[in-house]
Parts: sequence; C-alpha cells; structure tokens
Amino acid sequence: MPRIFAFITHRAGVVDDSAAELLAVAKKIDATAAPTAIVTGWGAEVDDVCDNLCASFPEVWEIAHEALAYPNAELIRRALVKVLPAGCIVLLAHEHFGIDLAPGLSIKLNSAFASDLLAIGGREGDCLKVVRQEFGGQVSAHVECDISSGAVLTIRPGAFKPEANSTAKGVVVEKSGEVDTLSARRRYLETVVAEAGDVDITKQAILVSVGRGIQEKDNIAIAQEFADALGAAVSCSRPVVDAKWLEKSRQVGSSGKTVKPKVYVACGISGAFQHLAGLKGNPFIIAINKNPKAPIFQVADVGIVDDLLELLPELTSKIREMRKAA
Amino acid sequence: MEILVCVKRVPDTSENEIELNSTGNDIERDELVYSVNEPDNYAVEEALQIIARVGGNVTVVTVGSQDDEEVLRREMAMGAGKGVLLSDDVFNGSDARGIAAILSAFVQKGNYDLILTGVQAEDGGAQVGGMLAAMLDYPFASLVNSIEMLDGRKLKISREIEGGNREISEIELPCVLSIQTGINEPRYVGMRGIRAVASVPIPTYGTEELKLDPATVGRTAAKVKRLDYFVPALGKGAEMLHGNREEIVARVTDLIAAKGGLR
Repeated sequence: MPRIFAFITHRAGVVDDSAAELLAVAKKIDATAAPTAIVTGWGAEVDDVCDNLCASFPEVWEIAHEALAYPNAELIRRALVKVLPAGCIVLLAHEHFGIDLAPGLSIKLNSAFASDLLAIGGREGDCLKVVRQEFGGQVSAHVECDISSGAVLTIRPGAFKPEANSTAKGVVVEKSGEVDTLSARRRYLETVVAEAGDVDITKQAILVSVGRGIQEKDNIAIAQEFADALGAAVSCSRPVVDAKWLEKSRQVGSSGKTVKPKVYVACGISGAFQHLAGLKGNPFIIAINKNPKAPIFQVADVGIVDDLLELLPELTSKIREMRKAA
Repeated sequence: MEILVCVKRVPDTSENEIELNSTGNDIERDELVYSVNEPDNYAVEEALQIIARVGGNVTVVTVGSQDDEEVLRREMAMGAGKGVLLSDDVFNGSDARGIAAILSAFVQKGNYDLILTGVQAEDGGAQVGGMLAAMLDYPFASLVNSIEMLDGRKLKISREIEGGNREISEIELPCVLSIQTGINEPRYVGMRGIRAVASVPIPTYGTEELKLDPATVGRTAAKVKRLDYFVPALGKGAEMLHGNREEIVARVTDLIAAKGGLR
C-alpha cells in the first residue's frame, strides 16, 4: 500500500478543519494507514502547528522555509516534489489553495489526479474507486483511479466526517533541509479584504435568497418586497453576482459570506455545494425551484416546485395580511 | 499579445435537467441543450478585452468532435480571430491529463503569451489548466478574477479566495490562468454574428499534426476513468408541498411564522 500524505493548511498558527477530514479519508483508503501530515510555512507558528498535529498524525513532516511564509502554490509544489517519495498518495482540501496546487503537483509526481471527491468507494490493488459530482451536483459519478504510480486527490470540504483521534503521539520530522532554494514566477503581493456592503447578511435572522431562477435584474424587486414584508434581507447565490444584479457582499457561499439565519428562503437557487458551504447554524430552509431535480431539495426542509415570480408576490400579500391582522 | 483560450462544449445546466439514461451508465443525452462552458465564455471575453487594450490575437481551441465546432464558432462570433478543433479517434476516453497533453502539444506548435481556461467545466473538476501549465512548465494561477497588464512581460492578477477576499499576485508570461465567472460581462452574440463566421474554416488537428504519441492519450492511457453516473439516495430530503397555490402560500407563511421568521 502506498504511503499516504495529507497536506495541511493553516493560518495564524491554527490548523484548518480540513486536517481531520483528510485523516478520515486516509483511513477510508487504507484502514491500517499511518498517514503523514505535511506542513509548510515559516516562523514559530509552523512549529506550533506541527506540534498540535502530533496528537492526530503519527508523523508530521515540517518544511520551514522563508520563501513559504505565504502559501504560494508554485513554491510549495517545488518543495513537495523534492521531499515526497515516488508512488505516494497526497490528499488536499478542494478549496482555493488545493485547486491551485494539486493539478500541477500530479503532473510533476507523474501520478493520477482526481478532484473534489465526496466519497471513497474502496480499493482493490492499484484501483481506487472514488465518487465525485458533476453538473452542479445534479448527478454523481463513480470514478476509478489507477494509483500504481501514486495519486493526488482533492477532497470536498465537509464531505467526510472528521476523524477524532487524539492519541497518535506523533513525531515531527524536519524536512526543511531537503528543500534548498526556491524561486517562483508568481509572487504574492497582498490580500484585499472584501468590502462590506450596504446590508450585513451575516447578521440577519431571515434571508430571502435569490439565484439564477430570478431570471433578470428587475425581478430582484419581487424578492426585495417579500423580504421587506418579512423584515428580512435579500441575499443571493453566485450567478446573481456574476450577472452584476447584486453586490458581492450579498453572496452566500464559500467565495461569499457565511450566514446563519433562522429561516432561509432559497428562491431559484439550484443548491451547488459552494453555495451551501456558506449556510451554517442549521437554518429552516424553504426552497422554491421550478426544477424538481434541483439539489437544493435534498437539503431543504420544505420544497415547492413552482414559478417563483408568481409565488413570491402571493407570499408577500399573505404576509402583509397577517401583519395587519396581528 | 497572442492569447489562446481553451473552451469546452457542455450540457447547459441552466437549460436542462440532468438525468440518468435508462441503463444508468451515462446521463440522458437525447434532446440536451449544449452550450459553451460558462467560465470558458468569461475567459474568451477577458482575452478579447486584453487585446482591445494592448493589441494581439485570440485563438479558441477545443478537444472533441465535429459537434464541438459550434462552440468555437460562437466564440469566434464574439471576436476570437481563429478557432481550432483538436480531434482524433484515439483521443476518445482521455482523462484530464490526456486532454492537457493534447492541448500542450497544440500550444507547442504556436507562440502564445497567455493561455486561459475556465475555472472548471460543468462535467469536470478544475483540472486541465493546472495540468497543462505544469506540462509546459509555465506558471499557473487558478480562480482568477482580474487581470492587469504590467511592463516587462508580467501581469498583475487577483484570485478569488475565501469570503470574497482577493489575493493579489504578479505572474510572468507566458502563463496559464483559469478564469472565474464574474470577471467581466461577456458580450452578447446574436444570430448575425454567428452567421458572419459560419463559413470561416476551422482547422482540425489530430495526433499526426500535433506530433503526439497516441499512447499518451485516450482511454488506455487514462489513469482516471468514469465508470458510471448515479443519483445518490437522498438524505431526508425536503417535504414537498403540493396542492393549489393558495394552500401552499398559507402553509409557507405559517411555517415562516412558526420558525420565528415573522417579527
């Protein structure tokens, strides 16, 4: 069985939640695996991160290098190619950093690459069966990977139940010396923090959230009237921001805001995982969509297959009536 | 500036409900509406905006069959000067690495400063762009949501990272960038535009023209193979409300009130 490595992301000395999920994936690939964590970075915080990981990983490889103070995928790839053994399996979280690093890493390691995995279906010899989604989550696919020359696998955040192991008593193995000089043709300059919008959707108890199904910019007003009647705010999914119908600050999702309302009315939102990733705190979800197969109906509490442009105005009138009566 | 944009023809999820076929080994492809993969269309628009500022040419390329010419023509109608189809029976069943190898062979025939892809295909997993860059040994950035030209064959780019934050970097040309949706507003393509490019020849290249070893592409070379599609058993799933609209409206508003949604 090939050796399994989990690439750990961390920030300000804190290990990302995905570390425990990658550990769970390693165990699903090989129940007897003793997976190795790999940590890159610079300064005292890398030592802290490595020490913390020893609770859950039997071995932690530390690559401390001044050039790796900021996680630049090109530099980290060069470092990993220098230290990783041939034929190994490398696990990464499928988020913006993993998306940047993993495809090229698989080429340089000459190994199989499968991305955004939701489940591990089992292994027979060199054949690893995995599950991924296509078409915005409308269908899933069984995929077979030939891991005879290793594999790079990116894992969908939240898809695996974190492995709660705090008894590994691991050791830190210093790998910095094997890396030598690093240079990249892409240089990090700065991070620009998202602008705050006119409405803070993260503080709302009720959100009326619109997706592609709202069809055109002028129809946002229909959702806004419903939200006004409820005393709610309007949020949205990515296509609405891409179309410039609402500000980025209104977007719920992994590349937008994380919200935790009590009630979430999803109007014409298909329910891609990137959107659902921004929905926390187990809200009561009411989904309205004209496509009965929309993935949103798998996670919603209540679903209605209807034309939201007709349904929303009726909901608005009813709420106004109820308020008058109260 | 010579820009190559890699595009893909995919079933349009805004026009179709994607369902399994009767044998379950594929999605039902009868009567599917296909279009250009959405992020790829943003990549073409971005390329056109760059050459409008600094001059140059935009070429669009796809790996596929004659059916895929329609997306090349659509992007040519937007303003791409040239479309190229990479097609060969031995390409069938290629995994992402195989597609990247085919594109890499094509890139090496030309002299491109900048190669753009969409961030991800509807039926893919954000794979080909990064693989192509590594094969060419070009620098790469994913999830790019702005591009600015700098002096000295460099770009200033921003990547979309968590929470809507933007990571700003400098990257040297030639490079490969995967383009995120929302980077621009793709121009409208009308029937007149499509007709204007209807008879422009689209060269087709196979293994021979690309000097490609057939053993490196296609189903036999693929390390990753899709076995089938399935629709996972739902969890609890939503309670679906049926009945006339009046009943539904009453039920929904009651639920909202009950869940503390009416203050």
